[in-house]
Amino acid sequence: MSRSARVRLFLGAAAAIAVFYVLACTGLPHFGTAAHPYGDRAVAATLRQHTANTVSSINFDQRAFDTLGEESILLGSVLGATALLRRTDDEQEFTPGQVRVLPSTRLFGTLLLPVALLTGVYIVAHGQLSPGGGFQGGVVLASALHLAYVAADYRSLKEIRPRELLDGVDAVAAGAFTTLGLAGLITGAAYLQNVLPLGTFNTLSSGGLVPVINAAVGVEVASGVIVLLAHFLDQALATRGERTTTERGSS
Amino acid sequence: MTAPDLLPLAVAVPLLGAALFAAVGRLLPRRACDVLVTVWALADVVLLAALWRAANRGPFASWVGGWRPRNGESVGIVLVGDPLGVGLALLVSLLVLAAVVYAWRYFAEPPTRSPGTFPALVLLFEAGMCGFALTGDLFNAFVFFELMGAVAYALTGYRVEDPRPLQGALTFGVVNSLAAYCSLMGIALLYARTGELGMAQIGRHLAAHRTDTLTVTAFVLVLTGLLTKAAMVPFHLWLPDAHAVAPTPVCMLLSGVMVELGVYGAARVYWTVFAGPGGIPAGAVRGVLVAAGVLTALLGALMCWQQRHIKRMLAFSTISHVGLFLVGTALLDAHGAAATALYVLGHAGAKAALFGLTGVLLDQYGSVDEHGLYGRARELRWSAGVMFALGGLAVAGLPPFGAGLGKALSEHAAGDFLGWLPAVFVVTSAVTGGAVLRTAARVFAGAGAVPHDSHQAETRGDDEEPEVRDPGRPVPRPMLAVPAALLAACLASGVLPGLTAGLARAGTLFTSRADYFAAAGQGPPTAFPPLSAPSLAGWTGEGALLGLVSTLVALALAATALWGPLLGGRGARRLRDLAATGSHRLVLPLRRLHSGRLGDNVAWLATGVGVLLVVFTALR
Amino acid sequence: MSGLFGLVPHLVAGWILLVGMYGLVTSRNLVHAVGCLAVAQSATYVLLLSVGFRRGGTAPVFSDASPHSVVVDPVVQALTLTDIVVGATVTALLLALVMQLHKRHATVDPDRLNSLRG
Repeated sequence: MSRSARVRLFLGAAAAIAVFYVLACTGLPHFGTAAHPYGDRAVAATLRQHTANTVSSINFDQRAFDTLGEESILLGSVLGATALLRRTDDEQEFTPGQVRVLPSTRLFGTLLLPVALLTGVYIVAHGQLSPGGGFQGGVVLASALHLAYVAADYRSLKEIRPRELLDGVDAVAAGAFTTLGLAGLITGAAYLQNVLPLGTFNTLSSGGLVPVINAAVGVEVASGVIVLLAHFLDQALATRGERTTTERGSS
Repeated sequence: MTAPDLLPLAVAVPLLGAALFAAVGRLLPRRACDVLVTVWALADVVLLAALWRAANRGPFASWVGGWRPRNGESVGIVLVGDPLGVGLALLVSLLVLAAVVYAWRYFAEPPTRSPGTFPALVLLFEAGMCGFALTGDLFNAFVFFELMGAVAYALTGYRVEDPRPLQGALTFGVVNSLAAYCSLMGIALLYARTGELGMAQIGRHLAAHRTDTLTVTAFVLVLTGLLTKAAMVPFHLWLPDAHAVAPTPVCMLLSGVMVELGVYGAARVYWTVFAGPGGIPAGAVRGVLVAAGVLTALLGALMCWQQRHIKRMLAFSTISHVGLFLVGTALLDAHGAAATALYVLGHAGAKAALFGLTGVLLDQYGSVDEHGLYGRARELRWSAGVMFALGGLAVAGLPPFGAGLGKALSEHAAGDFLGWLPAVFVVTSAVTGGAVLRTAARVFAGAGAVPHDSHQAETRGDDEEPEVRDPGRPVPRPMLAVPAALLAACLASGVLPGLTAGLARAGTLFTSRADYFAAAGQGPPTAFPPLSAPSLAGWTGEGALLGLVSTLVALALAATALWGPLLGGRGARRLRDLAATGSHRLVLPLRRLHSGRLGDNVAWLATGVGVLLVVFTALR
Repeated sequence: MSGLFGLVPHLVAGWILLVGMYGLVTSRNLVHAVGCLAVAQSATYVLLLSVGFRRGGTAPVFSDASPHSVVVDPVVQALTLTDIVVGATVTALLLALVMQLHKRHATVDPDRLNSLRG
């Protein structure tokens, strides 16, 4: 199919989809409607569970099974990237040279790195209380570490990044989530049931299992994202290939 | 602990295994890893077999996190154990077991230098498929759909040394993810209308509105992801590209059960969400999806016949069979559902075995090209060759293979709906089976004329990056034992007396909305059909006869392809010219359609969505 | 907010989906194509969040708000969060494939990859 034929085909289909979508939207409740039955039930359940942040209660308690699946996707893509971005037999690793960095960049990076790490830990730790949680904090933690790359160079990043260890930590955190679910089964309740004491509303120890799963997710996301980025950076900065790149396999 | 308590473990156990292999895989020697993953896969099989026994006593629900409904309303996620869903999960676990045993000696050296990566990914894949088969929550289904998708993309592109797997995996990934996002748009629309996410809950609340454009749009969008996974025309273009290039053990899972899960998901969503008042009328669904299934089956069969790349040929054969599964399921009755379930089971055994045997060719000769391998695998004819031919006969529907019984029962059910539908089953099985038999005769016996290369642009199967780098070694025993076991299972599924009775009841429960709602706490309790409910007929004279007919046609087609070019005489020459013209007129445009380009894939995806929107609105 | 104006947030979501698909259809660079996929996915975020909006509602977090305050639907926010993580990880995987493809094929133009066809 030629490009123009392809675009014409698509535009025709897109016009049909657009018409039906607009008509469908006229059947929706109006923007800002007051009727949110599931949302209302979720809020009530959150307050019963002594958790201040409803979104965290949904993610780590009421619909924790979704999060379990989603953390498995993260584990899967870390493993997948490990397999896909591996160094093949015809490629070698090399150490990139030192890079000159502006002194001001270096200063700000060095100052920001601990602050960013601390922010990440705070966001993870307060996941059940205030906006944020394991995912958000984990991503902050992972990016904080990469300030070392911005402020210095790849070698400095590699020095403070225990990649082999993080690989294991990622898997252990994912396993911990799955195993925490078994706690419910062992105590005679359901899988992933929140069986820990719920604590006092609006304190760090409230929410029962929520802060624990939240912490496991924080660790998994932080280590997973660091490992993912490590594979990309290694490929881009520290791998040299000899491969001839020819078109193959077509007749 | 009761069966409902254990149901989430069908997901948790493989996840735990994946985490274990990811964490300690690098510390274990290769052999220990192989043994451990086999034990783990076996444990999953045992667990799911136990759950299947429980589900056969009557469907049950498991509220994850203990969020049981109060007054019919819950904030949690429900898993539903009905015989068909748990049965599919059991099939997943059996195929995973077969794939990991097959892979024992498959990768000469684990490519990542960590033997845990491949088993971990396979177990994650298993968790995704089991979760998708069991969940009763629409958003949760999306999550598991993406889990099985993401892991499958990575597994497909596993051989990064060769550019083709990368291209196949990328197309697979982009198209399936885009389709999944369409599904999520549909789920959001349904949430806006009903304020619920559980399938049964949405179904119950849809009754409050009449069927309007919103219902139709949500239905089509949700179906887009599922039918893309099921490779229905015109959403099918990604499948041959992905299945042709994935490592062999992964192909066994992709073709054997992942694609079929798409059909299952579409049927599940229809029955639970849209089958009631305020949903989509059964007549529209039946008409559209049966037509789409017939188109898929015929196109798949035609393209299957044209291939010389053996894995690609098997991939198109899968497309055509999934078309038949779609027809059987879209009949929207218990008989069709049960017959399709049996067909899926028999097909999984035969197709996984054929992929496994193709892996043997790749291992021994570094090629999966039918023309290049002509006569080269003679020394394997009494082992792999015989099994390959048997697989072809099973695909063609020879009694008493399970695939043959499934075909016979589906044909019967389809014939009750439209008199000519059985002919589609016979033609499709004959052509796809004939293509396999032709390959077997050429590769393992060097039969017929030396095949000549086509002038049309096509995918060749030579020059493959071998998946194993140890030339001259004998065929590893698991690589022959696993296909043998799979073929035996395909045969057994056609003759085991209790199986059809069990599946008949499973089909009745699958198509019974009231039973599902009762299990999911969304309706009054029902009396499940008794264990001795009227069952499927099993082998009938008519079914066996049609099976023999399609097998004979398959043999005739294969013989024509092999020896036709050798025939002299003016009549034979004229027929050959006619075939060449037909091939130029009909096949060339179809080949061009399968361009393997990402943009074409997406354009056809949008076209499919547009067409479905138009026809469902017209038939509403 | 009523009439056509109340539809706008929903319509924006549909627009984003189609624009993302258009980008995928016409893309000449696989990195751009993966970006377009992410654009198409953001349609789901917009639709989910607009579906869950409640007029006058505040964030569904009660650490410094009264438990009786009116909040927007928290469920769609949780779903969106899950969706974002799914999208980010899938994007990472696809980009890994693109990166290797660039190395083996020396091109990132999807229309110049033609080893799988017919």
